[in-house]
Amino acid sequence: MVHSADFIQESLPDGGNILRFSGNLAIATIGDLDSRLHALSDSVMQIDLGDVTHIDTVGAWLIYRTAKQSGAQIVNAHMDAARLIEAVSGVDQTESIAPVRRSTLAHFLGEIGEGVVVAFTTLLHFLGFVGQVVKASAILILHPGRFRWHSVVQHFDMVGVRALGIIGLMSFLIGIVIAQQGAVQLRQFGAEVFTINLVGRLTFRELGILMTAIMVAGRSGSAFAAQIGTMKITEEIDAMRTIGVVPAEALVVPRVIAAVIMMPLLGIYASLMAIIGGGLLCWIILEIPPATFVIRLREVTPMTDFWIGMIKAPVFGAIIAMAGCFQGMQVEGNSEQVGLKTTAAVVQAIFLVIVLDAFFAVFFSEIGWD
Amino acid sequence: MAGDDIISVQGLCNSFGDQIIHKDLDLDVRQGEILGVVGGSGTGKSVLMRSIIGLQEPTAGDIHVFGEAMIGKEEDEATDVRRRWGVLFQGGALFSTLTVAENVQVPLREFYPDFSTDLLEEIARYKIHLSGLPPEAAHKYPSELSGGMRKRAGLARALAMDPELLFLDEPTAGLDPIGAANFDNLTRNLKETLGLTVFLITHDLDTLYAICDRVAVLADHKVIAIGPIEDLLATDHPWIKEYFSGPRGRAARRGHAKRVDK
Repeated sequence: MVHSADFIQESLPDGGNILRFSGNLAIATIGDLDSRLHALSDSVMQIDLGDVTHIDTVGAWLIYRTAKQSGAQIVNAHMDAARLIEAVSGVDQTESIAPVRRSTLAHFLGEIGEGVVVAFTTLLHFLGFVGQVVKASAILILHPGRFRWHSVVQHFDMVGVRALGIIGLMSFLIGIVIAQQGAVQLRQFGAEVFTINLVGRLTFRELGILMTAIMVAGRSGSAFAAQIGTMKITEEIDAMRTIGVVPAEALVVPRVIAAVIMMPLLGIYASLMAIIGGGLLCWIILEIPPATFVIRLREVTPMTDFWIGMIKAPVFGAIIAMAGCFQGMQVEGNSEQVGLKTTAAVVQAIFLVIVLDAFFAVFFSEIGWD
Repeated sequence: MAGDDIISVQGLCNSFGDQIIHKDLDLDVRQGEILGVVGGSGTGKSVLMRSIIGLQEPTAGDIHVFGEAMIGKEEDEATDVRRRWGVLFQGGALFSTLTVAENVQVPLREFYPDFSTDLLEEIARYKIHLSGLPPEAAHKYPSELSGGMRKRAGLARALAMDPELLFLDEPTAGLDPIGAANFDNLTRNLKETLGLTVFLITHDLDTLYAICDRVAVLADHKVIAIGPIEDLLATDHPWIKEYFSGPRGRAARRGHAKRVDK
């Protein structure tokens, strides 16, 4: 059986100490040798390897390091040991391989500075990217033969059709929540009947579209970023460029068009599902029959609410698709970047959608569509 | 089973669906040799390596590494054997979010969590040195390295645990001839200094002539010939003849003869 590595310290007759190593000086058996050697305080003149049964490069490194630090002489090293010590001896000791660490304050200030720079360069790149997409779209309008119908239809399926289930369920539940909360609050004034106003106007004007946009950003915006980001890492985008295919035309425009067309359709669908949910709750809790609900809904919900939703939806769709594709294109280097950029795509898309939604709300009120 | 065989494969069968890769394949790797494995594309060189290192469950057959049966071994039992070998994958397979030094430290941290950070760094530093990388490569990320440097970094990680057995999957593929020759020398030197046994998959005829002690030829789902390259030249299997006596084979042989003369 192999013996684990050990050493004993003896005094030499002419002053100084000798370290006598024994056992198996290998990675699996060195145990606490490293810390014990570090703890040595006496001057070491000689290192005796006569009793070492086996040695590997980790053992050789420890011997070499000790010898070098103390200036000791290595004696009785057999061939294997001498060869391995020779092999590890050429390493440059002076340069640290650990990355340079800055002080906390410098690090903090540095982070802020980097953040600001990144924010501005990202904005600049995003504008450049939007320009590219507009240019690619213009070229496609002039040369409709180059338009990738196939890809657009595929993304219709991915962005729209496959989202129907989850968006429908989500909207249905939101309709129920709005009606239920509205009914509880309005009952205090004996104005339960206004629950219908609440459901009708809120879903068409705001929530139907907004919730759909958030769901599409989470489902499709992230998928766009991850797909394109992975294609960047595997050099597929570079390959496209060399073949003469413009990535903005082949990858970005079809996705943006799919999102722009699908968002209003999903928005209508989501609003209808929310109305159904709200109507169902009104029927059960407030005992308003569906026929009355529909008649009342048509009286209180102006057509402008519908148009407001339909104007917002394609804009949101474009923002989500562009943010996803843009972040995907920003991926460089390694797989961690794909994750980071995918997250960034979703966060950016949802943030921009909500900012724009606030802008639209004020705008439409100002022009009298309220 | 002979006592000095590091790897012993017997009756190995591998198939994917209807496609048979290996049928009754036998192979022995001896202590302290560099065994080159050659074969046309699709003859299952990589599948053979993956079977031996346990990434691919064979359909049938026995595999012994260091005298221990590898088939049907539990994951935690296999770990004891795994720490005795190192693997260099074709593309390096470095962890892309870690620096080269951190990549080398991964297996060490995994198996020896008690090692101090300083010692881990020292070990990483000399392994990187042994693999022929400059010290400043240590804190670079894999994406910042050239193809050749990435292979060397992968080799440094494969050597991290001081393995007795090294698997190299096409180490010189994609390297320029100078880089490939340097890598061959490095492999040979490391084998001699560290006393390694090397299982080397290659397409590079120069590598076969320069550093391999024996060469195994994969064709027709099995090892059709194994032995020193001179013996293989004497066999009359059509594929072996074409492989070693084609224009590239002849050129590599001439180059080797010249080097030997010098």
